[in-house]
This record gives sequence, C-alpha cells and structure tokens, in this order.
Amino acid sequence: MTAEVNARGSLRTRLALILTGGAAVLAVILYVAVRALSAQIAQQGQDNVLAASMSSILDSAVIRDGQVSLDFPYSSLSMLTTDADDRVFYAIREDGQLLSGYGDLEVPDAMPEGQIFTTSVMGGDPVRVATGARRLIAADGQRTVSVSVAQTQDALSNTLNGISRNVAVLGLGFFALATALATWAASDTSAQLRRLTTSVTRRGPQDLSPVARPVPSEMVPLVGSLNTFMSRLDHTLTQSEDFIAEAAHRIRTPLATVRSHAEATLQRVDRPDNRTALLSMVRAIDESSRAAGQLLDHAMVTFRAENLERVEVDIAALLAELVQRMTPIADMKDIRLELRASGSAHLLGDPILLQNAFRNLIDNALKYAPAETVVEIEVGDNSGVFVSVLDNGPGFDLDEIETLSGRFVRGRDTGNKVGSGLGLTIAQAVTEAHGGQMTLGNREGGGACALVQF
Amino acid sequence: MRIGAVLILWLLPWMVAAQDWEDRQVFGAGDVSLRILSSTDTSFFAPIIEDFLRGRTDVSVEYLVTGTADLDARFRAAPDGFDVVISSAMDLQLKLANDGFAAQVSDTGHPAWAKWRDSLFAFTAEPAAIVINRRGLGALPVPQTRQDMIALMRDHSQVFEGRVGTYDVRQSGLGYLFATQDARASETYWRLIEVMGRMGAHLYCCSGAMIDDLVSGDLVVAYNVLGSYAEARAEEEDALLVILPSEFPTTMMRTVLVSGKTRAPDLADAFVRHVLAVQASGDAERFPLPSLTAAQRNPTIISLDPALMTYLDQMKRAIFIREWEDAILQDG
Repeated sequence: MTAEVNARGSLRTRLALILTGGAAVLAVILYVAVRALSAQIAQQGQDNVLAASMSSILDSAVIRDGQVSLDFPYSSLSMLTTDADDRVFYAIREDGQLLSGYGDLEVPDAMPEGQIFTTSVMGGDPVRVATGARRLIAADGQRTVSVSVAQTQDALSNTLNGISRNVAVLGLGFFALATALATWAASDTSAQLRRLTTSVTRRGPQDLSPVARPVPSEMVPLVGSLNTFMSRLDHTLTQSEDFIAEAAHRIRTPLATVRSHAEATLQRVDRPDNRTALLSMVRAIDESSRAAGQLLDHAMVTFRAENLERVEVDIAALLAELVQRMTPIADMKDIRLELRASGSAHLLGDPILLQNAFRNLIDNALKYAPAETVVEIEVGDNSGVFVSVLDNGPGFDLDEIETLSGRFVRGRDTGNKVGSGLGLTIAQAVTEAHGGQMTLGNREGGGACALVQF
Repeated sequence: MRIGAVLILWLLPWMVAAQDWEDRQVFGAGDVSLRILSSTDTSFFAPIIEDFLRGRTDVSVEYLVTGTADLDARFRAAPDGFDVVISSAMDLQLKLANDGFAAQVSDTGHPAWAKWRDSLFAFTAEPAAIVINRRGLGALPVPQTRQDMIALMRDHSQVFEGRVGTYDVRQSGLGYLFATQDARASETYWRLIEVMGRMGAHLYCCSGAMIDDLVSGDLVVAYNVLGSYAEARAEEEDALLVILPSEFPTTMMRTVLVSGKTRAPDLADAFVRHVLAVQASGDAERFPLPSLTAAQRNPTIISLDPALMTYLDQMKRAIFIREWEDAILQDG
C-alpha cells in the first residue's frame, strides 16, 4: 500500500554528479597546472644550457691586434647536443655589426652583463634564444660584444609531451578514483535512507513503536518527527480502540435487558403483527449485541496481538474443544461439524486469540451453510500448521475476496444473516500476528473455503 | 698569412664559378634523373648506384664529383640543382642539415649515433692514415704514431726534405675537419705540422693526389690521407704502407643527405635508404667502402653533433688557418 509521492531528482544522483563534476574540474586543473609547471621547468632547463653556452662563447672574447676575436671552445656548442638533435644557431655581434654566425637570427639588444631569453623563429622552427653582452676595453675605446645562442625546441617538446601523457594518465586515474569514491559515497548515503525505509516498511500494520536503530545525525530530525508522529498516531488509535471497547461493553448490558424485556413481552402479545414487530426487534438486538461482542473481541485481539504471548498450543485439541462447544449451535441449524485432524499440529501462540479466530471462521461457515450439510474443518502440519474451514454454502463472491477481511465489510449476499463484518478481520489479524497467512477461496462444486497457514 | 688570404680570395670564385667537375658520370638511361653531388670517387660508388638502378629502368643517375669545400659552396648556391649530397666533410654536412638544407628520411632503422635529425646519415667509418712509400723510407723504422713521425723527420731531415705532404686545409673541407679534430685531440698535431712545415711540406687538395705522388715517389710520407682510398691503392702498389696512428686514429664518417629542395624526393629518399641498406648488408662487393659495422661505437669517431660547427665559425676558422699557416708555411 504505497501512496503516491511526488518525486523530483535523486539525492544519490545529485551527490554523485556534484562529486564527479568536482573531480573532473580538479583533474583538469591538475593537468593544466602540472603541465604549465613542467613547461616552465623544462624551459628553465633549456635556458640554463643556452645561457651556459652563450657565456662560454662570450667569455672567449678578447681584443687582439685591435680586433675583437672569439676563439670559443668546442664545448660551447657540444653542450647543446640533445636527444632530438635540435638545431643550433648563434650570432656574434660587435656594436650591432655581425662578426660571425647567423645574421638572420633575430636577437634583442642586449645590455652588458645581462642575460635575455627570447623566443623567435629560425627556418620555420621556433627557437629559444639566449643573449648576453660584454664590454671590452680597447686602446681606442669601448666595444660591446653580444652573443646570442639559439636552439630549436624539439627535445623540449618531446619532454613536455611525455610529461603531458603521464599527467593525463594521472589525471584520468585521479578522476576514475574520485568517481568511484563519489559513487560509493552517494550509494552509502542513500543506503542509510533505504535502510530506514526498509525498517519502516517491514513493520506490521499495528507496529507504531518508535524507530530504535541508530541513524546518522542528519537524519535525526526526520526520524524524530517520524517517531513523534507515530506515537501520536498510536495514542489516537489506542484511544479510539478503548473508546470502542468501552462503548461496546456499555451497550451490551442494556441490550441484554432490552432483549429480555422484548422476549417477555413476546410471550404476552398475541396479535401477529405485534409479534412480528417484536421478533424483528429481538433480531435487531441480537445483531447489535453480537456486533458489540465482536467489537470487544476485536479490541481484545488488537491488544493481545500487539503484546503476543507465545505458548505451545495443540491446535487439533483446541479445535476439537471448539467443535464440541459449537456443536449445539450447529445442531440447531441441522448442520454437522466434522473435524479431520491429520497428525498433531503444534504452534507457538496465544491460545485465546487462536481460538477466537477459528471460532469466527467456523461461525461464518455455520452462518452461510445450508441445513443438512457438513462443515468440514481440517487441521494438519504440512511444513507449517494449516487449518481450513470448508462449507457447502454459496461461497465467496470472487471480486469481493480481497476486501472481505476489512473492518465492517460484509459480503453482498448476506441476506438476513446476522453479522458485524468483523469476523474475518479478527481471523486475519490473529493469523498475521502469528506470522501466518489467511487465504479465502471457493471449493470446487460450491462452498467457501477459508485456509489459514502458519 | 697574407699569401693564405690571397690564395683563398683567388681560389674561392674560381671554385664556385667552375662548372667542370673532378668526375661526372651518368648511370642508366631512364628519363627520371637523380643528381648526386659527391666528394667520393666514382669507383667506390659505381657498384652502389648500379645496384640501385637494378629494376629501375626508367631512372638515370648523374654522379658529380668535386672536393668537399667546393661541394658545399655549389650546393648552398643551388640546393634545387641536386637531389642527394654525399660528402666526407662531416662538419659542412652537419651545417647544411642544421641550416635546413636537408629533407628528412624517417624510419630508416639506422642507429641514432650515426644519424642527425633523421636528415643526415653516416654510412662509413674511415680513419685518417699516415701513408708511407716503403722504398722512399728505405731502412728507416716505420712510424706508428705521430710522435714517431716527428722524431723520424727531425732525425732524418735529408730523407724527408720536400717529400712530405698533407691536406691544404684551406682548400679541402675534409682536410680541415681532420686538422681541427686532430688539434682538438692533442697538441702533438701542431708540433707535427710545424716539423712538416720545416720539411717544406707539399699541400694537396685531395687524398687521391697525395697517393699519386706517393706512388710516383715524389713523397715519402703523407699525413691524414683517407685510409680507405690508400688501402684501395695499396692493394695494387706494394710500396704503399698504410698506418693508422696507434695513439689516436681520427675517424671520419661519410654522410649522405637528401636535398630539401630535391625535384625527385621519392627517388632521393629511396637512394638514401638503399645506401644505408647496402652499408648494413656487410657485403664488400655491393659496398666497397668501410661500413659502420666494422667500426661500431669507436670512441675516436668524430661524433655527429652541432659542436662540429664550432670550427666552421668564420672567426674560429680565421684563427685556426692563421695558426696553421704560421706552422706550415715557414718561408711565407
């Protein structure tokens, strides 16, 4: 019995989406940041080597015979050897005039004793250029010698690509891990809710006790109000049950008085129409009295089922006693009660409740069975105790079977039978309190069948 | 020094302008032409080219031979006029590749130490040798090192006077490479050159000419001759003795590149792959030059890296040539 609930979105999906989205953003940031950092470090490495090469060339600058001359060492260029065989360019200038090297190498104006790193293009390839300058003192004045050393960036980009690949793998791994964690966190959170739902759903219809198992602190307000709500409901329910029982009890006694007065009057009245009226009065009183009795029974069943006391009950013996007690009523209707017990049938339960339930079932059968027939009661233990009550009456209306065990629900073809509509309700409540199941059905060839299985 | 400068000034335009070649041969009769500019004698490359032309009937190969310095100048002047460039001057070749004159030939499977930027490929390992005319030396001991050579020349100057020869580093790119690498390795080089200068050394443009003069008896000893050429001639001339200086044999790798402006890129690419393949095959019939496998990772091999450009710097070159001239041109 699930009432319609408006659903929009899912906590679990939202949680998972927020967490994985965050992880994706973090992974991208990680990738970009590490790549930028490694690009910076790799570029710094290249710059250092270029600067060393440039300095070693610049250091060799001397003025010989009034001419600037640079006899730079072999190592100046050999230190620029890379795995990717990067191309190397250099330019040596004196006061801006090319002394030697590549005249088409774009170089910045270098100030003495400083280093400048620039990026330029040489023969279609990007190159990194390190430029430095030195002031030389000659007899005729100062000369400024500047040296630029340039190198293509193949090895650098190979390194960067390698790093990028590794960081990409790292980022993806991080993302995958974060996604797994997010999924786990989301399902763990929703599992808490699901567990609460399950514990509430699994309760019997009468169980209005507070939720006792521990819940996460975020759920405490929800569970707290649920508990409060249930205790209020329980209280209201108990009050109304008490009220009904009290009312039934209070009605029954005056009804008995009224009935005895009506019967006494019936003895004295001769006119047929007056007798008819009195008879139907007695009938109505009987019906009311029976209903009040059953209301009391029902209240009793509700109370005892909630606080079920389990003792070993011999169902066969219980039924035998019950049949014996009901035989006079059956005899009055010319119906024979027949108990068939196959083996022993023992059950842990409340004998008073069980007796009450079976009495209602047999009572029902007696009510609807025609005269000169047999009401069969079978009891046995077939992987669980079962009791079935079979009659030869009109049987149940198939489309009513589902609703008949509700309170005050009576079949349509009850005619003038006295009944409150509580008999099947009581039997059902008792069966369920004992963890059993009641099935209503029709026999082949006519007649009703009520089967109770534990 | 002045004479040197005049010589360079006089030689350069002559070299650049000259349209005559040391050798020029056309192989095959096909319409598709592959122009190979090379410093290697045709006899060494003929079997490689003929091998390449087998099954390529539509191709003809024009093989042009000139000296390494001239080759560099001609190629720089007209990079679209040639498809493949082969030279023993590693430094000039590396500078060509560095300056963007070479096209890439990728996935050759060639060892990394024998190639640069997938555009310059070394395919031989050839040491520079001391070559001696046994008859001219007479009973004197055979020098095994540069030191031996210096001592021998000092002690027996009458034998060597005017009968020693080496590369003119101003003319020959390979000679300049050998000289600079020698000078880098040891100071002995300068002493040797000085002694040779005192002996009135003859200067040569190329190994072939030095060997010719050794064979004719005009020279007793020649220094920094290409070992591969000398060995080839020594097979016929018993008088020739080829000695690799035992202390440090400067070893050069011959290199090949595809012109970045080639008009036959696929064919040039295929030719380079062919050269590398026959080199790796180790078959002396197909590849008459000393292959890389024989030398393997010899530490005395000049390595292919940008440092080779150091001595090509015009200031460095001027300084080096000046020192060299001071040492060898003693009466100049």
